[in-house]
Amino acid sequence: MDLSPTTQLEMQRRMLRIRRFDERASRMVKRGQIPGTVHTSIGQEAQVVGACMALGDGDYMSGNHRSHGHPIGKGSPLGPLMAELVGKATGVCQGKGGSLHLADFAVGSLGESGIVGSSIPIATGAALSSKVLGNGKVSLAFFGDGAANQGCLYEAMNLAGVWKLPVVFLCENNQYALSTPAHTVTSGVIAERAAGFGMPGVRVEDGQDVLAVHEAVVEAVERARRGEGPSLVEVVTYRFNEHSEGLRLGTDYRDASEKAAWVERDPIVLFRQRLEREGVASAEELDALEAEVMAEVDEAVRFTDESPYPDPSVAFKDLYTEPIGAIA
Amino acid sequence: MTVMSYLGAIGAAQREAMEADERVVIIGEDVEANVYGTTGAGKSRKDKGDFLEMFGSNRIRNTPISEEVIVGSAIGAAMTGLRPIVDLSYSSFLYMAMDQFVNQAAKNRYMFGGQASIPVVFRSAMFYGLNTGAHHSDRPYPMFMNVPGLKIIVPATPYDAKGLLRTAVDTDDPVLTFEACMLWGSKGEVPEEEFWIPFGQARVARQGSDVTVVAISSAVPEALAAAEVLGEDGLSVEVIDPRTLVPFDTEAVIRSVQRTGRLVIADPAHRTCSAAAEISAIVAEEAFESLKAPIMRVTTPDTQIPFSPALEKQLYPNRAKIEDAIRRVTGLMANTSNPELTSPAPRM
Repeated sequence: MDLSPTTQLEMQRRMLRIRRFDERASRMVKRGQIPGTVHTSIGQEAQVVGACMALGDGDYMSGNHRSHGHPIGKGSPLGPLMAELVGKATGVCQGKGGSLHLADFAVGSLGESGIVGSSIPIATGAALSSKVLGNGKVSLAFFGDGAANQGCLYEAMNLAGVWKLPVVFLCENNQYALSTPAHTVTSGVIAERAAGFGMPGVRVEDGQDVLAVHEAVVEAVERARRGEGPSLVEVVTYRFNEHSEGLRLGTDYRDASEKAAWVERDPIVLFRQRLEREGVASAEELDALEAEVMAEVDEAVRFTDESPYPDPSVAFKDLYTEPIGAIA
Repeated sequence: MTVMSYLGAIGAAQREAMEADERVVIIGEDVEANVYGTTGAGKSRKDKGDFLEMFGSNRIRNTPISEEVIVGSAIGAAMTGLRPIVDLSYSSFLYMAMDQFVNQAAKNRYMFGGQASIPVVFRSAMFYGLNTGAHHSDRPYPMFMNVPGLKIIVPATPYDAKGLLRTAVDTDDPVLTFEACMLWGSKGEVPEEEFWIPFGQARVARQGSDVTVVAISSAVPEALAAAEVLGEDGLSVEVIDPRTLVPFDTEAVIRSVQRTGRLVIADPAHRTCSAAAEISAIVAEEAFESLKAPIMRVTTPDTQIPFSPALEKQLYPNRAKIEDAIRRVTGLMANTSNPELTSPAPRM
């Protein structure tokens, strides 16, 4: 796949944004600076960015509980996302959503979801809207290997199949549903399940390679845009950190050597090596890019720190489009 | 004005909404064939043309039997520019999509800080009283009243069915409409032109001064019939139809109870945590000093709905039970020898 140097550098930039943002969030939640828990995408950046950058700016995307990478991958600025994690008024959801429920409609991010599988029908519906209105937009639904066993995925694939909706079902197979290895709860190969719905299903075995993911998703997006209907793309990847940070889960269910082998295949390191090797960018340029991204994250934290908490009265706002009377 | 059936009024509202706004689509099981009679201009498919012919298959869409994705995709479509009307046929089928109703429809606008609006109408019919057994006879609106973020309408007349449904389609929030099958054939005067009934405005179905009866859905005609009978005994019964449960017209009910001093609520839902329970609590909190007698609820006992007509028919609020309750709160002698009709259901 022939991608311009600008596009390739943008891929690296977005992967770095996810990594540095999540590293910072991980530290902040451990220090009590972020309430609740966060679920990081560290290790899965190639899969997130490869997929998101296969979409156009106007296209839609819905996500899941591993939730920061998707809007960042779609191009959302970091400040309001970080402010949302802390619960500030300037947060992308004004402090109503938090880490699990980030949404940034300005970049087509229709929302992350704390309920496994629950946002798959949302992206499917966005595709229905594109089809009825004829606006050419494509939707992408991110979900994990755990959600691959939720019935709503199959209801959605069937509906999208019969209506030929422009939607891409993207399974982020990081091989664990919290502590449960996918192979112990998932029968067969997820990508092969597409055949039952008469749609293409592809498995990207190397989900650490941003270009491999990108290529597979571009094909699915183009097919959707041509009016040929949905596709399923399964990407095999790995999360480097705990399922959830801020909770002390306390059991080591993953083999240390397995984890070490995946950490060896850090998607950001791999892509940097490729960019240098192929002369897309020099080491100095790539160092500068990393510094720029680090500065963006610092700025996001500064923006968050300087932002106020929401006024308590806002707790009753936006339940309905207009207040409906006594609810307090 | 013309005379329309309740079902015809729903069809008319849907047709007008689709003609008025290209973003309105109808999706649901068997909507193309007009099986339930609300997606055809005339009663039969060939009569005056049907919705599929008028609006095409892009906007009239038969779905698979997949409630979770029907509801979820309608939400996603509403978040991105459509105004879907979803026909879920039986209200008992809403349970299959509970996650989408509760975790997506009701929460998305709120959780996303107002970025989303979700203009979608979910229609379903309550088939109770028709010997369809426990899987098809539910009246589940109180469950959804417990979920902030949804609006809930319960039209009881053809006029309200048309006017409330038009408002529902134009509302930018998710609306659940519960239509009682028992009312489908009822007829009434309905304007042929477009009109909208605002939510949160109760209708005084009958004026009176001795007792207030708040009646919901198919309990409305039953309450009116009871009021007629008691009128012959010299009792003046006011019947209020809230029409929408969320938002609820608290003021209309309080104002009436302040005048009459007595309240009976007739609600076809199960007794525990019913709409009647909520209305009782509101009045007890806000108009306790006006009450001359205890509030009385006429509801369906907390049992599943049995199949046999001999078992089912006795369960719902009917004119006799409502009449008895009114007699009790007004101190008139009860007319019936069966005290179980108005007393709480025995605990099983």
